[in-house]
Amino acid sequence: MTKADFRAGAARAVGDVQLRSNFRRAMDGLMEKRAAQFADGEELERLRTLGESIRSRSLARLPELLVQLENNCRENGIQVHWAETAEDGNRIVLDILKRRNAKTLVKGKSMVSEEMELNHFLEAQGIETLESDLGEYIIQLAQEMPSHIVMPVIHRNTAQIAELMERKIAGVSYTENPDELCRIARKVLREKFYKADAGISGVNFAVAETGTLCLVENEGNGRMSTTAPKTHIAVMGIEKVVEHLQDVPPLLSLLTRSATGQPITTYFNMISSPRRPGEQDGPQEVHLVLLDNGRSRILADPELRPTLRCIRCGACMNHCPVYTRVGGHAYQAVIPGPIGEILTPQLRGLDVRGDMPFGSTLCNACVEVCPVRIPIVDILLRLRAEANSPEQGGSVKGAGAKREGKEAMAWKGWQAMHASGAVYNGLSRLLAKTGNMMPGSVGPLKAWTATRTKPRFAARTLHQMTRKRGIPDE
Amino acid sequence: MSERSYPERPESVYFFGTCLIDLFYPGAGMAGIELLQREGLNVIFPQAQSCCGQPAYNSGYRDEARAVARNQVRHFPKPYPVIVPSGSCASMLRNRYPGLFEGDPDEGAAVGFSKRVYELTEFLVHVLKVELTDLGPPMKVTWHGSCSMQREMGLREEPRQLLAQLGNVDLRPLERERECCGFGGTFSIKLPEISAAMAGDKAGDVERSGAEVLVSGDCGCLMNIAGTLEARGRRVAPRHIAEFLWERTHDKG
Amino acid sequence: MSDQSRNRILERMREGLQATPHPGSDFSVLAEKQWPPEARVKMLRQRLESVNGQVHLCSREGWVAELQNLLSGKAVSNLLYAPGTEHGSELERSWPGDDAGLPSLLSTMEEDVDFRERVFDVDASLTGTIGGIAETGTLILWPTPREPRLMSLAPPVHVALLDAVNIHNTFWEAINQRQWADGMPTNALLISGPSKTADIEQHLSYGVHGPKELIVLIRE
Repeated sequence: MTKADFRAGAARAVGDVQLRSNFRRAMDGLMEKRAAQFADGEELERLRTLGESIRSRSLARLPELLVQLENNCRENGIQVHWAETAEDGNRIVLDILKRRNAKTLVKGKSMVSEEMELNHFLEAQGIETLESDLGEYIIQLAQEMPSHIVMPVIHRNTAQIAELMERKIAGVSYTENPDELCRIARKVLREKFYKADAGISGVNFAVAETGTLCLVENEGNGRMSTTAPKTHIAVMGIEKVVEHLQDVPPLLSLLTRSATGQPITTYFNMISSPRRPGEQDGPQEVHLVLLDNGRSRILADPELRPTLRCIRCGACMNHCPVYTRVGGHAYQAVIPGPIGEILTPQLRGLDVRGDMPFGSTLCNACVEVCPVRIPIVDILLRLRAEANSPEQGGSVKGAGAKREGKEAMAWKGWQAMHASGAVYNGLSRLLAKTGNMMPGSVGPLKAWTATRTKPRFAARTLHQMTRKRGIPDE
Repeated sequence: MSERSYPERPESVYFFGTCLIDLFYPGAGMAGIELLQREGLNVIFPQAQSCCGQPAYNSGYRDEARAVARNQVRHFPKPYPVIVPSGSCASMLRNRYPGLFEGDPDEGAAVGFSKRVYELTEFLVHVLKVELTDLGPPMKVTWHGSCSMQREMGLREEPRQLLAQLGNVDLRPLERERECCGFGGTFSIKLPEISAAMAGDKAGDVERSGAEVLVSGDCGCLMNIAGTLEARGRRVAPRHIAEFLWERTHDKG
Repeated sequence: MSDQSRNRILERMREGLQATPHPGSDFSVLAEKQWPPEARVKMLRQRLESVNGQVHLCSREGWVAELQNLLSGKAVSNLLYAPGTEHGSELERSWPGDDAGLPSLLSTMEEDVDFRERVFDVDASLTGTIGGIAETGTLILWPTPREPRLMSLAPPVHVALLDAVNIHNTFWEAINQRQWADGMPTNALLISGPSKTADIEQHLSYGVHGPKELIVLIRE
């Protein structure tokens, strides 16, 4: 596999007219729905302040809260496991499944399991995993990655889904009726829910004071996956914990309203223990896998820490003019869009994904809507500086990896021109005289002039004009 | 950011021209100076000024950005307001300098400097409270508010308030007036395909507005959108807001 | 392995955080959301109906008749219910024989029937709720041994009983007033409409995994 590169992915995507119109329409709809939910701007800002304080407090107390969560879960009968890396996490899940002799499993939507590439890992071990969120199910049929964290199959239109389901599911004939397509999926998945040996889910919030795992969803597949099979395994990033039960309602409200413009989702599922004596359903075993995978490193840097406040609503991508143009796949990362641009390079290293922080115009549309006020642009700028840092090492993995001799030289030259008034005056006058003779078809100008006219230097600089007019210099 | 308290009208101000205006749109810079002078201010233009440092800063070259920034901090020493005819450069000077100089011997000077920075339309509206009389012919105009102006400086209404004072100007809104034009500084060179797609959409929006003139407070956006329109053979004249206001309100006789 | 991982992760975090201050939280934006009781019923109803829920107001005694009325027009051949609950007993008492053209009642507590098998097979279910939430149009369920979790999920039609006096302003209020933190059940559920998805080109489809119909009887 070639190295992931946003520019290459984006260049391909931006030329795909169908894809662009699919995303534009979908994102417009999501933005409109969110705006309708937050008609009262003052309420929104107060709620954001509250949400930010809850998430910041959770992170400031993260180690204690995780220990508290662990203790309360254990007391409730939930088994807790800690994983430092994705590989550790995968192995923990596999061991649980092996002990239960589980061969088939159904999954609710979980971005952390995508991060772990859990499906891939388990398939290789001969365990059948089936995604049960409709969007994720379709993605799995297509052997694709999600293109959006909330709406994974947003890049495909109905006809493309219809064709896929006809081709991949035995006995299904082509239909573009979305209700009918849902009915087909329901039928296939019902059978699986009933028979699966284990269910896997993510976690939206974990409550330390009660040892409760919360899941947000509309379809009911999350409830199915966590209720019908005998064993339930929940995987979560360590940052997802909150201190109190009363911290949950404001975050839930911010999440669903920001994500899809719903006042709340159809289901909010709070799990605090396995099946208790006398109960007729629910799993007999519940496991919680806590995944670090680079998060504790992010936590250590106060400027980067707010990255971990994220509640995965996806509003930043819905409002991102770059994401809207290219879609999620162009990022070649589990989490695309603005939050992906800051999270992915930190988790995987700037040596691997140092390209991502540069995929932004820094327009701040994401910052404006983030329900927990993550300073995405500040963090992008910091990561750009880390990527091009003259020193290796430091708090971000792979720092300095993007620094390249030619570019560094160019910036040194730029500095020499602009750090001294005398040099600048001389060179800018020279540019006014001769700059327009530079051909538009070479160097960086080539990219510019492919779709734009060449910028024209003025005959005299403002410095020259002000001096001539006698504007005082001090 | 937007909850800023403003000083009384000063006697003297500094003018920070910005490198893009200096090299490509000096008329906009002169117009900005003249708007301020007409209000009775003594406008000072330090000849040693160059660039705010944003290109390097946004590209992750902070040492280089700081070296250039230091040159600006040092050449605006008096306690006068610093007026900047660009939302983007004003934001760099105002919002980024304190962090850029953290722990540096010039930190105190940089913080003091940043607090004195005002974007031009912000200063015209909130400090000078200018009143304009339109002397120009009827004209259809659209306004592009840059991302840094709207979201980093919190200036959405100020330029509109100024344009609204021009009686003969028919201000046409853009369909997606809050959306980025795709310039993004070096973004336009590093990710040219996306930048071009965004600029193309914005240019289409400008065309559909029916405007004869595209006004903005940021020359990077102007260069990007107008350059795209021109390459498509469209006739929409780009104007920096300072130049547009000055052209329409000064007596040419 | 897990223990060592645990300690290393915790150690890294403690080292990284040092003396980071803990910001306080002001919940007044939620606490201020207060409506009079009639407005709460109206809000809950309007919100639920906007997501395809069906809401019917009835008297404390009249709900069984209302339910019979609603089900008689549907292709529902059986109704799963929980005997031994207050509403279960009321239902048994007023339910006519099989020849009345109404669905037959199926119990959740039959000893020789596997509940899981039954719940995946029935047409409709009736459950109680412990309350509602006006702000979001939500039902609160704490499933019990008699009314298990899958009852509100597996059948295509779910009928829920809600007493108007138990409708809270907000979720936050419900949690605090009822002191949930003192003891959580195995599973606590918020249900706000029938199961739905918009995954296929944002077209809203109902009943993708859970009930296609949610019928709420509000007893005033």
